[in-house]
Amino acid sequence: MPELLRVILFIIFVLSFAGLNAAYLVWCERKGAAHVQRRIGPKEVGPYGLLQPLADGAKLMTKQLFLPKGVDPILFMVAPLMVMVPAIMSFCVIPFSEAFVAREINLGLLMIFAFASVNVLGLLLGAWGSANKYAVIAAARSVSQNVAYEIPMLITTITMVMVTNTMNLNEIIRSQAGWFFNWHIFRLDMSLLMPVSFLIFFVCSLAETNRAPFDMAEAESELIAGVYTEYPGMGFGVFFMGEYANIVIGCALTAILFLGGWQSPIPFNPAGFLGVVWGMFWFFLKLYTLIFLVIWIRWTYPRTQFYQLLNLSWKVLIPISLFNLILTALQIKIFPWL
Amino acid sequence: MSGYFKELINGTKSLFIGLGITGKYFFEPVVTLQYPHEHLEMTPRYRGHIELIPNEETGDPKCIVCGMCQKGCPTGCISLAGEKREGVKGKVLTKYILNFTTCSLCGQCVESCKFGAIRFSKEYNLASTRKEDFIFDLLKRLKDES
Amino acid sequence: MNGLLQQDVNKETFTINLGPQHPATHGVLRVKLVMDGEYIVEAEPVLGYIHRMHEKMGENRTWAKFLPNCGRMDYLSAMSYNHGYVAAVERAAAIEVPERAEYLRVITVEMNRISSHLLWFGAFVLDLGGFTPLLYAFDDRELILDLLESVTGSRLTYCYFRFGGVYNDIDDAFIAGTREFIKRQRKRMPMYDALVTKNIILIKRLKEIGHISKDMAIRYGATGPVARGSGINYDVRKNEPYSVYPEFDFDVPVYEEGDSMARYMVRMDEIEQSMRIIEQALDKLPEGEIKPKKAIKLVKPEKGDYYHAVEAARGSFGVRLVSDGKNQAYRLKLRSPTYSNLSLYGEATKGMLLPDALALMGSLDLVIPEIDR
Repeated sequence: MPELLRVILFIIFVLSFAGLNAAYLVWCERKGAAHVQRRIGPKEVGPYGLLQPLADGAKLMTKQLFLPKGVDPILFMVAPLMVMVPAIMSFCVIPFSEAFVAREINLGLLMIFAFASVNVLGLLLGAWGSANKYAVIAAARSVSQNVAYEIPMLITTITMVMVTNTMNLNEIIRSQAGWFFNWHIFRLDMSLLMPVSFLIFFVCSLAETNRAPFDMAEAESELIAGVYTEYPGMGFGVFFMGEYANIVIGCALTAILFLGGWQSPIPFNPAGFLGVVWGMFWFFLKLYTLIFLVIWIRWTYPRTQFYQLLNLSWKVLIPISLFNLILTALQIKIFPWL
Repeated sequence: MSGYFKELINGTKSLFIGLGITGKYFFEPVVTLQYPHEHLEMTPRYRGHIELIPNEETGDPKCIVCGMCQKGCPTGCISLAGEKREGVKGKVLTKYILNFTTCSLCGQCVESCKFGAIRFSKEYNLASTRKEDFIFDLLKRLKDES
Repeated sequence: MNGLLQQDVNKETFTINLGPQHPATHGVLRVKLVMDGEYIVEAEPVLGYIHRMHEKMGENRTWAKFLPNCGRMDYLSAMSYNHGYVAAVERAAAIEVPERAEYLRVITVEMNRISSHLLWFGAFVLDLGGFTPLLYAFDDRELILDLLESVTGSRLTYCYFRFGGVYNDIDDAFIAGTREFIKRQRKRMPMYDALVTKNIILIKRLKEIGHISKDMAIRYGATGPVARGSGINYDVRKNEPYSVYPEFDFDVPVYEEGDSMARYMVRMDEIEQSMRIIEQALDKLPEGEIKPKKAIKLVKPEKGDYYHAVEAARGSFGVRLVSDGKNQAYRLKLRSPTYSNLSLYGEATKGMLLPDALALMGSLDLVIPEIDR
């Protein structure tokens, strides 16, 4: 189909996917939390509370958007966008199915990580622009948390790239074709500690997105509301949407690197339009299972203390992931000779 | 060194066990009551505000206006008055006002009544925007209910 | 506690308020913190936001009319407060209590202790960021409140005890329901253990945090689980026995470490011990009256100075009556356990990080209306 039409269709798809996800993941979270706590979540607005996100959105939008006195207007307005836009842009390289990817770039993995680091910059600029002492303290903590957890994440990714020999996301998925034990998480012949890599990557993606139990920056309301103190109504709403978009990206990346992306567990691949739908179905299944796991983890554990969070990263995750890297390197070099 | 690894293994195990518990509760039935749509019966001894007990045959209150409830109330929220009428033994109740805004539901009035004239009602959903709604005229309540 | 807050210009400390409105469930407590970056230099609790003059009301009301006030001070363990006041007046006026009434008092007080500890558990883990155990604890607590409502008619602020006995008797449905509850709770406690107590995140948050030494606890007069978590083996039920507690066989959990984890474990063990007491009381429950044979018309204690202490859920609650023979007290002094427990907060938090100080505050189990009375 003509390129312009394809680009426009993809833009509409990506924006609506990100928007619907941000809205309905809130619904999923509230319902998931409710059932873990043995109660029913939202149920009055619409059947099963499905129209609740509309009500929440309407509430946020009717609040007065104002600039508090003394803030830097440009930084204040730009910061939420800096959190949300990179996440939406990362959707361009995520393959929803074999033929259904906006841009198949050879360095897709690198692009996603490059955009992910802009996320924490957005938080810091927002806090600085808020001219609020407590927001700056919370943002400083958030920066050190993000920096500490990016390292094991990148080391684990390097391990995976050594195994797959490519950074193209679609290629990575294609190399996991076949039965489900061809997925990377089960390939102990490539790297003995593959399930450990999966755990480390998952935990780091939880910490990168400031999600419980690592949500020091937003929910540790020991003093005030953390980074988002000064943001009224829709400003906070955009931060929120950005956080959920980041969660989707993190879980999508986990599914692609370790669980086979759009590959089905059985080697049955119909052609044409049905093949596209088949791939998307498996991708969404894996994606939403991981997102459910993220929500489940949030409502089970208490919050970690700040220095324990850093201890976990520097003293536990980094040594293990470095050891894993060396082990995988040795395994790749030595085993083909045996 | 071995302490480090032992803590790591035990810690990860405890995290998985915790997930298992909340996961089990995810699939169990809900324990809440959907209040506006479903209601609960109050237990027999539930302490709502007090009300007058009517005499079965005549429907009049059993109260003989001795005033023990008024004397026994710690905050003085009961005020009653009676008068002597022709042909009726004892006093007849003409006014029984309960100021529920100062009532602490302690039960001294019910306990001090030797004639079994007042009891706790089962009213629980009382909410209003005006203070006057909580000055209860118990004689009027008795008449409305009979 | 005079204010030792001096702004040292060289050290660049700043003063902030942990304001009267808390995101947690403690009540209206204001703590003035002088902080040096992330570390606390001074912490001074400011009280008085919910002072309702209960002790003054004790001077202006007759002995019987003060009873509703007892439940309002510490609303979470209101039965113990009822018990303390009633026992003090009975000691002053030499009123005999029938045995069945004593057993009923013990049963209801211990059930109230369990419900108070369950709520403390939920609120404490909520402070630390885990939202789910609160609702599980409330699910259990709901059963206790329903049982106590079927006996007394109230769910939270009980006014059940009278001088010389209790107000209502219990029936077989209550006994069956209580046994059922104990059986169910015994199955739930391992779940809390696995979900919360053994969780590595919680252990890291509580172990060796908020250390209160034995010497500090004795100096400030801490009682209850705060003292027992620092190695002081003092429980009013064993050291100054009252009511029918000597007839029951139960242990007093004491932990030596003095950190927040020790205080947490003391309270969780106390729930089990309370269940043991209730079982023994239900087995031994005698028949009889619940009010004294000679009905008490008017309580008139002799002139003098009387004191009685009971073990409330938070420590040793004492009532001191000074009576001059009239039908009102001359002076009614209520010794609130949490007031002494909170007084060590300033010294214990020197040099701590702020989240640790909040974990310490949660483990002290504060109910501010009880401090301010």
